[in-house]
Amino acid sequence: MSRLWPWLCAASVALSLLMLAALLTLLLTRGLGHFWPATLESVTLDSGEIIAGEAVREAPLPHRDGEERLYFTGNRDLDSHRWRWVAIDRIAERSTPRALVRLERSPWGDFIGYLSAFESGSDHLEGDAAWHALTTALAHTTFERSNATLVLQSATGETLRQPLNEIYRAHRPNAMAWWEKIRYWFQGVWQFLSEGPRAANTGGGVWPAIFGTVLMVMVMSVIVMPFGVLAAIYLNEIAHQGRLTRLVRIGVRNLAGVPSIVYGVFGLGVFVYGIGSSLDAWFFSDSLPSPTFGTGGLLWASLTLALLTLPVVIVATEEGLARIPDAQREGAVALGATRLEMLTRVVLPMAAPAMLTAMILAVARAAGEVAPLMLVGVAKLAPQMPVDGEFPYLHVERKFMHLGYHLFDTAYHGEDMQAALPLVYATALLLVVIVLVLNLTAILLRHYLRHQRGQSC
Amino acid sequence: MLASPHVSNAAYLTHFSAEQSCLNIERFSLAYAGKIALRELTLSVPRHRVTAFIGPSGCGKSTLLRAINRLHDLNENATHSGRITIEGEDIYADNMQVSELRRRIGMVFQTPNPFPMSIYENVAFGLRLQKRMSKRKRDDIIEWALTSAALWDEVKDRLHKSAWQLSGGQQQRLVIARTLAVQPDILLLDEPASALDPISTLKVEELIRNLKSQLTLILVTHNMQQAARVSDYTAFLHGGELIEYGPTDQVFTNPHLQRTEDYITGRMT
Repeated sequence: MSRLWPWLCAASVALSLLMLAALLTLLLTRGLGHFWPATLESVTLDSGEIIAGEAVREAPLPHRDGEERLYFTGNRDLDSHRWRWVAIDRIAERSTPRALVRLERSPWGDFIGYLSAFESGSDHLEGDAAWHALTTALAHTTFERSNATLVLQSATGETLRQPLNEIYRAHRPNAMAWWEKIRYWFQGVWQFLSEGPRAANTGGGVWPAIFGTVLMVMVMSVIVMPFGVLAAIYLNEIAHQGRLTRLVRIGVRNLAGVPSIVYGVFGLGVFVYGIGSSLDAWFFSDSLPSPTFGTGGLLWASLTLALLTLPVVIVATEEGLARIPDAQREGAVALGATRLEMLTRVVLPMAAPAMLTAMILAVARAAGEVAPLMLVGVAKLAPQMPVDGEFPYLHVERKFMHLGYHLFDTAYHGEDMQAALPLVYATALLLVVIVLVLNLTAILLRHYLRHQRGQSC
Repeated sequence: MLASPHVSNAAYLTHFSAEQSCLNIERFSLAYAGKIALRELTLSVPRHRVTAFIGPSGCGKSTLLRAINRLHDLNENATHSGRITIEGEDIYADNMQVSELRRRIGMVFQTPNPFPMSIYENVAFGLRLQKRMSKRKRDDIIEWALTSAALWDEVKDRLHKSAWQLSGGQQQRLVIARTLAVQPDILLLDEPASALDPISTLKVEELIRNLKSQLTLILVTHNMQQAARVSDYTAFLHGGELIEYGPTDQVFTNPHLQRTEDYITGRMT
């Protein structure tokens, strides 16, 4: 036994690391792979039917031996289904024609097929000239290309006239060199990060959700930090250390364990329906019955999460305060510092790293929280960003988008689960990266503060 | 040289006249949560001298020192009676500003406690708490304080480096400099050298001897040799009571009481 237990401990660590690595690998490959321009196949079945699409995965056939392959074929406007299972032994011929085009458009989702012609006014271009005209036109704004039309032909031979201004991106993956694919990949990632969602969150980017998440976390930090730090100072420095203080401390610690949806209910009842409705009645009665503050919004969501993370901040800050030797406090007092001067000039600067730790914990908790937000202000699709050029610039009453909720919505509420899945992975990866970046910033700041004072730990 | 004390009610308790003494403790008692730590202490501390408080652990010498600086104010369980006066002013009087009192009575603790800031800022800490002064004047005071604490030559090239990078002995001298910078009348030293190596200890002891031309010093120590080397007067405390108080030479070489002799010679701990 005595020989075994170090191995057990080591195995536990290894298992934890393995799970973490598996999680990150899954998110990285699935999330980032989505933006890679996949090869398009033209498949001739033994029935003579021709389909074109991207091979996604293979699975055993349900009723007999053999495998079947899932193709993403797009063209929902032509045949109403975008996915096609094909038994592998029914495939007569597979090829990868260089001319196969994939267009990202809205509405109707992706088109996979051939470009026959490019029509703009009296111009009628065919073949490579049409492709060049298309790529040139896509570099311009939608408005400028509003009068052009594409003549498209699907693999099955149907012809389609497609207005150019509904198209976002076009590529011919089979004709691309590897560096073109890499450039295309970076463009895809950038568009994902910088653009708004489209097609009911099954496509496009997540910029409003990134912005909403970060802004909400920031507003929350601004609210929770002063409250938490003041409460910790009271508990550790001012309050008589008796039974009541101990009781309060235990209470605070236990608040950290309350399920987050409970905080959501509290936020809905107190902030939205209570305070929000009153605010509307007093200050925004002109716009009633449509509510201003009487409905979920950025402010109420931030307040709810501030409440949720308050125990974490108090506990972490208090631990930091308790670690400061009394000799430091006495040293300050012995030099003629009042209690306030001792606190502001010696104790609080020394506790700054602990406060940053508190903030890290609060941010990490808040950025990943979804359940309470659904009750107090997050939206599937926010019509306006919470910050814009209109006075007062920060609109805390507006609903906002949030990565966590966006993830949930994309995964479960989209019309096409298969198409949304890669976006779910990409969004999850992004959420992890954002929490990581926020934490890393605070960690670096803490390191800087410690280094500046010559503290070794 | 030494002020000639006149003998008071008991032959073994030296008393100083009002002109000679800087600090007077009159029938001072202190209790922690009902437990008595100091009992009816009466003691006067001569001006510009080093007075040592000695006694076994728990005898109340540190408690007395902290009472002089009103550090027990931070502890709500502490109650006291009797008077402590500095130059005739009752330090526990209602109109006594505690922060002003603590500026007048500096204190140096057992373990060096420099603040986590630069050497310069450590010495400037007390000055910044007071009325505004020009940077030039502040720089002068800081140089003077560090010189008085025999530290200037060692740190003058790295004033803006962290104080936590100094050695233990240097840190303790920095803390003394920090206290000197606010120009106190009395300096309380609570076992200032117990956490230091022998060489640093000697430096601090030499510093204490040199400082008495500027102010009055009270030293609490466990180290008999240190008390004998450094102090002019020695008070022996035991069980929260003052047992014997007199010139150091006399207390160490020819104590009046058997208990004092037993403690000094190591027969009682």
